Amino acid sequence: MEEADAYRTAFRRGLRLGLPYATVSGVLSLSFGVVAVQAGFTVLQAVVTSALVFAGSAQFAALSVLTAGGGVPAALGAATLMHSRFLAMGIAVAPSIPGGPLRRAVEGQAMVDSSWALANRGDGTFDRGLLLGTTVPQYVAWVIGSIVGALAGDLLGDIERYGLDALFPTFFVGILLAELGRPRGRVAAALGAAIALALVPFTPPGVPVLAAAVAALVGLGADPTPTEAA
Amino acid sequence: MTLGEGQLWLVIGALALITAALKAAGPALVGGRDLPRWANGVIAAMAPALLAALVATAVLSDGDRWSAGADTVGVGVAAALLLLRVPLVVCAGVAVVVTAVLRALF
Repeated sequence: MEEADAYRTAFRRGLRLGLPYATVSGVLSLSFGVVAVQAGFTVLQAVVTSALVFAGSAQFAALSVLTAGGGVPAALGAATLMHSRFLAMGIAVAPSIPGGPLRRAVEGQAMVDSSWALANRGDGTFDRGLLLGTTVPQYVAWVIGSIVGALAGDLLGDIERYGLDALFPTFFVGILLAELGRPRGRVAAALGAAIALALVPFTPPGVPVLAAAVAALVGLGADPTPTEAA
Repeated sequence: MTLGEGQLWLVIGALALITAALKAAGPALVGGRDLPRWANGVIAAMAPALLAALVATAVLSDGDRWSAGADTVGVGVAAALLLLRVPLVVCAGVAVVVTAVLRALF
């Protein structure tokens, strides 16, 4: 039962940790709602997209291709590439999720960038309670934000003007700084950023971030568990 | 956008399936067994690598070209404040205000 207690404690801690990220999620999905409706989605379509897809980068990628007249295959391709980092993230999380394949597949849906990063113990394992708990408030805010944005729609006009696009990178910088305490974390971060930026002019959006996963190979041979935790 | 409402529903359905499958693949296929020891170091290094790539592409690129703008400055100022241990929520507010003010001025 000790394990179940630890899980509940971590889940509750996750709910609290998730609140500031939920604010950001709400604002981001509000902007998605606005842009989607301006692009021709109905209010219902914009909200259903957020509720079912629940992936900011994929939603914005598909939307921007459609708005630019890029066609359905290109839109789905862009969303797939933007979202493909979750393949790598899912493989990383896999050993920390118990149960059969179906249950693991379902729990995997709870991964979002911030919950994945916050649940990362830094030794190759993930805190499952924290992963799920951090995601819950973000999902709620994600859906509510889209409803508000889709309804407010045309009232807001060009939303770049409000500077909201600075929000999500700032929160990721916050999580990233915690990772930079370890020398290998610093090397991985520097390499990851360099690889991604180097690829920007030559690949479709999404590929640079996926390719940056290669930088994690600097962790080869590292012993991240000085204690007997593993 | 030239899609009809029905076509758009199909796109939304496809998006939902694709994103769910990508998130499900790792846990469903790789889970249930211990990864070899060397993998732990790689997995631990994955977070800083991907986060740095996300941040770098968000603030220093626009589509398929490098670009710096008001948001680059806003996030840069916020990052400096974060290093000085200013709370995250305050830094996020500063990032938004700096970005919006710069956009209004230039």
